[in-house]
Amino acid sequence: MTEPVNGGQAADTLRLQVRDLEIRSGRRDGPPVVSGISFAVRPGAVLGLVGESGSGKTTVALALLGHTRRGLSVTGGEIRLDGTDLLRLRPARLRALRGAAVSYVPQDPAAALNPALRVGYQLAEVLRVHPGSTADPAARIREVLREASLDATPDLLRRYPHQLSGGQQQRIGLAMAFACRPALIVLDEPTTGLDVSTQRRILDTVRQLCRGYGVAAVYVSHDLAVVSELADEVAVMYAGRIVEAGPAGALFAGPRHPYTRGLLAAVPEPGSDRPLAGIPGQQPPPGRRGPGCAFATRCELVLEQCRQHEPELIPLSGAAQAAATIHSAHVAAGPIPSHPADTIHSPHTVRCWRAAEEGAARTDLPRPRVAAAGPGPAALLSVRGVSARYHGVPALSGIDLDLPARACVAVVGESGSGKTTLARCITGLQQDWTGAVTLRGVPLARAARHRPRQVLRQIQYVFQNPYTSLNPRKTVGQIVAEPVQRFLGLSRGEQADRVAQVLHDVALGDSFLSRYPDQLSGGERQRVAIARALAAEPDVLICDEVTSALDVSVQAVIVELLRAAAAQRQLAMIFITHNLALVRSVAQTAVVLRHGEIVEAGPAGQILAEPASGYTAQLLADSPRLARPGAQPAADRQPS
Amino acid sequence: MTAADPPRLRRHPWLAILGQAVRTPRGAAGLGLAGFVALVAIAGPAVAPHPATALLTFPFAKPSGAYPFGADFLGRDVLSRVLDGGWVLLLMAVSATALGIAAGAAAGISAAYLRGHTDGLIMRTVDVILAFPQLVFALLLLSILGPQLWLIVLAVGLTHAPAVARVIRAATLDIAQRDYVKAAELQGMRPATVMAKEILPSLSTPLMVEAGLRLTYSIIIMSGLAFLGFGQQPPAANWGMMINENRTGLPLNPWAVIVPAAMIALLTIGTNLLTDAVGQAAIGVDRRPAEAALLDDLSLASDRVQS
Repeated sequence: MTEPVNGGQAADTLRLQVRDLEIRSGRRDGPPVVSGISFAVRPGAVLGLVGESGSGKTTVALALLGHTRRGLSVTGGEIRLDGTDLLRLRPARLRALRGAAVSYVPQDPAAALNPALRVGYQLAEVLRVHPGSTADPAARIREVLREASLDATPDLLRRYPHQLSGGQQQRIGLAMAFACRPALIVLDEPTTGLDVSTQRRILDTVRQLCRGYGVAAVYVSHDLAVVSELADEVAVMYAGRIVEAGPAGALFAGPRHPYTRGLLAAVPEPGSDRPLAGIPGQQPPPGRRGPGCAFATRCELVLEQCRQHEPELIPLSGAAQAAATIHSAHVAAGPIPSHPADTIHSPHTVRCWRAAEEGAARTDLPRPRVAAAGPGPAALLSVRGVSARYHGVPALSGIDLDLPARACVAVVGESGSGKTTLARCITGLQQDWTGAVTLRGVPLARAARHRPRQVLRQIQYVFQNPYTSLNPRKTVGQIVAEPVQRFLGLSRGEQADRVAQVLHDVALGDSFLSRYPDQLSGGERQRVAIARALAAEPDVLICDEVTSALDVSVQAVIVELLRAAAAQRQLAMIFITHNLALVRSVAQTAVVLRHGEIVEAGPAGQILAEPASGYTAQLLADSPRLARPGAQPAADRQPS
Repeated sequence: MTAADPPRLRRHPWLAILGQAVRTPRGAAGLGLAGFVALVAIAGPAVAPHPATALLTFPFAKPSGAYPFGADFLGRDVLSRVLDGGWVLLLMAVSATALGIAAGAAAGISAAYLRGHTDGLIMRTVDVILAFPQLVFALLLLSILGPQLWLIVLAVGLTHAPAVARVIRAATLDIAQRDYVKAAELQGMRPATVMAKEILPSLSTPLMVEAGLRLTYSIIIMSGLAFLGFGQQPPAANWGMMINENRTGLPLNPWAVIVPAAMIALLTIGTNLLTDAVGQAAIGVDRRPAEAALLDDLSLASDRVQS
């Protein structure tokens, strides 16, 4: 069967071309989930597809494989891979392309690899399904494993996925994706669950493979810092639309759409203690998007025109565009010769009525704030020599930590560093630990159930995952009322007032009282969880990775909310995070954990500016950083 | 379907599940069958044309105008006995199911939530009881304690408990690890309160499915016991007993066996279908946290609940 092939120049320079893609919920009459999606990727280039949860970025990514999730259907547009429209292919042809010409690296490698099969078998399977791709499968497997920085030993091939680390699993995923030498590779947040150092090495591998083999890559992510380091071009999605697109350097240096600017302002930076600016509100779900610009409800620059008519995606013209292109060439120039930044970039396009105005173009990052008062002399909560084991393996050894009143201590560490175990020891959720934790000089019982009610009240814990920390069978009102009843002993009327007050403090209105958790977004759920903790009127708030399950714009809102609540209520806070960039925004002092031991402790600013330990320095170097105007770019963009 | 608010889990999620279940063909058929038999059993005594124990005609009389299903081995009206012989059976089956579910759920939740020695003690006891076939175990209890009706209910209920405990323990193990349970512990809730207030409501789906399944079994065991003579004593009417009493006259008046047997069959098929439909509907309503996050990502939660 012959497929129409784009003649001439386009076919030479563009590997992937998406035009006016529209995907609807249900059949043709359903509301559009994404619409008017157009972009193109050259061989060897990486397109970053950026957006918050629900923006439709994963839907678009899956469509590139000719796949739509259940309940969705493609209702318009075309996806051309080297001229062939994937959406018009018969299922058999599409299957032949998948894995061979188009491959996919999923978000969670642990879930994507078959736990019952050895990794060697799974790697060989790809080549068995597509026998045309190589004459010598064994040699190809060795080759791709080496390219993915894995040793192709028989021992590795004989292992099962659970016998590999998360980073190794994702490398196997990459090796599988590159095994058939695809023309296009779709990566769906492949480093989300990984440590920064692992993430750094995976990103380097992806970049090298794409450039080395001329593979076009579409990298889906909500992490702007990662995208700014990896991508050559960026498309920002909001509510099923591309709102801004262009070369990565130009877009990050001069974002024009208010949404892009909001996203950028929400990204924390390791070196800065400026307040994070979130984007208030939520994006409208499919079917509830009005006639105007979908961002109008959250936009500071909104005009009447914005609510009535949706703007087109138009190129920026004139001097701003030229300047931006120059900047991008500077920022994106990598060491590999075939770098596509050498070729001409697509224009920087924006979907906003006010994009051309000078005022809309300013990047308004909030000013740095004055540092909060230094830690007082007496520790409110003090941890001495705490050691714990997790399933028989030492998880913490000899931790000392002081939390002064009204201060915030950040506990930083990668997964497996013992930071959550420390929180569980302090709160008493884990009971088999040694050492001492004292609150105002009074030692605490090991297990929460042996602690008096007043002690339980004083230390409140906010869990990492707001999807599991709220009982799905209780209303928000019931959830927040629980600690009020239990700890404060108020009358019914006072209780209701208190609950409403606390909800108001976390910026949730009375209308949330009767809602159930499954009617809330992730950010709203986490606010309810914080409200539950604040309702107990604690002295110490322990926040365990409270933003790691949330979008970056929501993360900024939550962090600012915590900071405001802590200041207003004079709370002491332990802020546990893997994200070094967040530390300065929240904490005055920081403690860096590794393998259950403290490698460094001290004022947050000092640790981030001049880390004393090599480990902290490495973590800092590996943290993806947004290439901002003014910040020094390029330095750590080179593969290590 | 555009801007309409999607149906959501409300205060009684089990009602939502039941509502969805009976809207499926399978659920509707199940409810119809079970409902018909239940109606016959409950309203039967009031509408029976003749007294159930009156000797009216000759044994195994063929169906006639006065006696539509003929007569049984003593010449009593089969129709009247069928109408009269269901409600005690149904009541006993429902009570035994309720007893078994309550005891099993309590044991299963406690074992999974308290762990340690409590878990070991409860589950080893469960293993021992499960080693006996259910009917044999009930017969054993009855032969020791005598065939009183409340004892039959107790015996059948207790034989259900171990299987229920296993299912509920497995479901609780998952839920007990959720953060909201830990959050409740950190608020100083007592274990009993945590189990009743935080865990039990999340178990409504497995409990509903178990209840349906156990009800089906209860009916079969109750009828079986009645067939064997453990149950209501003659001359009272009982579907299980009627099958036994009249099987010698099968060539003469098969209806005396077929009608009560059909009632039992329809009832069990009905409850089984309904249970199946409930299980199916629950998959769509009872979402796990990871799935909920995924659906948020898709912004498709509304579509999912409806389809």
